[in-house]
Amino acid sequence: MNFKEVADIVLGASQADETEIVYRRLDGSLTRFANNHIHQNVTETNHEILVRCVSGSRCGTAISNATHPDSLRNLVRVALDLARQQPENPDFKGLPGPAPLSIVTSFDSAVAGCSPAARASGVGVMCRKAAEAGYTAAGSMTTAAMRLGVANSKGVFAECETTLVDASTVVMSATSSGWAQSSGWTLDSVAWDQLAEEAVGKTRMGENPIDGQPGEYTVILDPYATSDLMGMMAGDGMSAQAYQEERSWLNGRLGKQVLSPMITIVDDGLDPAGIPLPFDFEGQPKQRVTVVEAGVCRGPVYDTYTAGRQPGALSTGHAMEQAASERIGPLPMNLFLKPGTSNVNEMIASTKDGLYITRFWYTRPVHPRDVVVTGMTRDGTYIVRNGEIAGAVKSLRFTQSYMDALAGTMALGETCKTLWAGGTCNVPAIKLERFNFTSSTR
Amino acid sequence: MKQLAQHAMATAESRGARYADIRIIESRNQTAGVKDGNVDSLGDFESAGFGVRVLVGNAWGFASSADVTREEIDRVTALAVEVAQASALVPGQPVELGPPVRSTGTYVTPILIDPFTVSIEEKLSLLLQADATIRRNPGVKVSEGRVTCLRHHKTFANMEGALLEQTIYECGGAISATAVSGTDIQVRAYPDAFRCQGTAGWEYILGARFNDHAERVASESVALLSADVCPSKVTTLILDSSQLALQIHESCGHPTELDRVFGTEAAFAGRSFLTTDKLGALRYGSSIVNLTADSIRPTGLGSFGWDDEGVPASSTPLVKNGDFVGYLMSRETASQLGLQSNGCMRADGWNRIPLIRMTNVSLEPGTWNAEDIIADTDDGIYMETNRSWSIDDMRLNFQFGTQLGYEIRNGKRARLLRNCTYAGITPEFWNSCDAIGNEKSWKVWGTPNCGKGEPMQVMGTGHGAAPARFRNVRVGVYR
Repeated sequence: MNFKEVADIVLGASQADETEIVYRRLDGSLTRFANNHIHQNVTETNHEILVRCVSGSRCGTAISNATHPDSLRNLVRVALDLARQQPENPDFKGLPGPAPLSIVTSFDSAVAGCSPAARASGVGVMCRKAAEAGYTAAGSMTTAAMRLGVANSKGVFAECETTLVDASTVVMSATSSGWAQSSGWTLDSVAWDQLAEEAVGKTRMGENPIDGQPGEYTVILDPYATSDLMGMMAGDGMSAQAYQEERSWLNGRLGKQVLSPMITIVDDGLDPAGIPLPFDFEGQPKQRVTVVEAGVCRGPVYDTYTAGRQPGALSTGHAMEQAASERIGPLPMNLFLKPGTSNVNEMIASTKDGLYITRFWYTRPVHPRDVVVTGMTRDGTYIVRNGEIAGAVKSLRFTQSYMDALAGTMALGETCKTLWAGGTCNVPAIKLERFNFTSSTR
Repeated sequence: MKQLAQHAMATAESRGARYADIRIIESRNQTAGVKDGNVDSLGDFESAGFGVRVLVGNAWGFASSADVTREEIDRVTALAVEVAQASALVPGQPVELGPPVRSTGTYVTPILIDPFTVSIEEKLSLLLQADATIRRNPGVKVSEGRVTCLRHHKTFANMEGALLEQTIYECGGAISATAVSGTDIQVRAYPDAFRCQGTAGWEYILGARFNDHAERVASESVALLSADVCPSKVTTLILDSSQLALQIHESCGHPTELDRVFGTEAAFAGRSFLTTDKLGALRYGSSIVNLTADSIRPTGLGSFGWDDEGVPASSTPLVKNGDFVGYLMSRETASQLGLQSNGCMRADGWNRIPLIRMTNVSLEPGTWNAEDIIADTDDGIYMETNRSWSIDDMRLNFQFGTQLGYEIRNGKRARLLRNCTYAGITPEFWNSCDAIGNEKSWKVWGTPNCGKGEPMQVMGTGHGAAPARFRNVRVGVYR
């Protein structure tokens, strides 16, 4: 059954004031390797039908992966029953109507058709190159195809196909490790030989690390670490829900210069450098939203619900899929940090005393309003002295306000890397004047 | 379902698998959430499907589908074999699974009230009542409440003859109050920061008595805004049992997962400092520290009849009188040490493979009355309810934050403290433990959001703990 047929059954069966259906079909595969061999290799075929029924200003949601017509009609009954069993919610102003959608492409049939043997071939390159260097590699390669459809009783009908390819590896020696990752929607987004060269090189450079000393350092971050800055800033802080609940770092800072003038952050769900989709999970057109412009806070992203709570606000096309446990609100899923004119080599050459960091790990917010985050460096933390790499240190723990760090931006790379972590982040390397490390691991 | 499962096993064998198993799962999850007096979410989620795992030669393959039909089982089983054959293109060491598992039987979580027989009105009423109580405090910016009810029906079969039916129920929920002033945000939650979740029926939610704690939660969130910031120093730390449960989860549960030790989670969840040379040789904690993994404790989120390899529920020591003595194991990893699995393999759905997951990893009760631990402490800090957590990929260097703290002076609680954090190195921390609460203050907590694996799997784990005291701990890392 195709999406149109599913939508017709759901919308035809509903007695609700308004009805919405979100349909997802996923064909996903993941090949995982460790100790230079494939140890897990999985594939799935699934579909998910979400029905949201509205009665007055009350919403009920039911989700199932059964597509039989009787199951679909039952899903409508369950959703409407849930809606009718609750008090009115004056904050809910109704489902959105149709709006013109841009035409974007993010589907590659080579990804959708990628075989287990083809994934194994790529992974095999990685394992062989690690073994040749005397190291062990672990990592994964994902290939997935998704068909997404959104329709509602007010005339919204939107449908698209998208693909994802993501590959990552950590290469390990007895004393060090290195990381590489690549993501995109075309199969040629991943070049295993390049990933191997990068991760093996980082591992070699990190051999025999010394204990790191806590303190404040100038840091040069690979795009992997930069993406963590963007992810944590986005997490709650760029959502209208967080803003309305006064949990966002944007609260009290709109129109103010709080980050370096070098920092411009946009969310653009239509840019093919990410993984573009024409519409969000309410079928609304994705819009380019400038969250930070030359260091000045501009505003969060909205879905229909949060726009309805704020006079003058409109959905920016950032509605998320209904979560199993709670309404998570709108989120930026296609972040871009505007590049600069530098590169990692220049950043190192211009640094007298600092650290060059591959990536951050297990980062958690300590204080959301100032984006204070704690976490560890991982898979390559290098000493920079007098413009050169002077060795490696063991992973360091930091507790640092990402806002303060970005206020001290000294340089941005001229090229960006697209990285997948639930959404996409397109970011360059970055040099930050101050970053506070609180301890070293053993 | 049993016939379909057995058909899949016969198909796998005919296609060359030397081992195979299948899980056919039907799951239902009903959630209700309120925020600031409104219904924030109300949903009913169902998912059904099956996954077939095969071992061909020494290579694993797995395939899954939402269409539970005989024809689709044929297709997916053949695909799982094809995937395994692709795995063999990048081969590893020989795979041994140890003694065959031929478990048969039925298990149902013991419950008093089936949560799916409780009306939506009753669920919302319970939450809205607590929400209204919280909102009576004008200093509260956001009030929230949430309940979740789950049921998983699993049919498991393997090529060795195991055939199992399990129905696992889970219920959980929590309330919270958020107060905001300037750029400061303070949150208080009850029963803890995660949903307090267990394998149980609706009685678990009723027993939490949300509304009885709503006023305190609200007033504490507001009071924290004007509390002093946790000082930076090295001092004596007393943790409440919910925060200690997460400390156990991160610094004992994860490092004892044997797949991490063998490096198979290196690229994502990380590895472990508890390498096999340390088994029976490492002083993990002080002599009063006893940590156990079990899947049999009532209400524990890691409690079941059999794991997802058909291994029966059990209880095994991880740390005994301070010595590191055991791992969380699967059949394959246990065989590598010449041991037998202690039944820790679980998958978070039909479309995921089983991984080694914590069951109920608990700190056994000590001998102290909880109030005596404070009375016995001249100078220190008491911390309660998790707010943030982070630990390195070897599970050594950690930093936690809590929602609330109190200064301890001369055996009594003194001033309220906010933005409390503490940090340490795992074995040093556990070796500094010199007091553990007794059975009276011991409780099984549930962590329903443990992430591991690729694709990411989210699993519920249980952790029993009582308040405990640790010496010479660095606190106030962030001010």
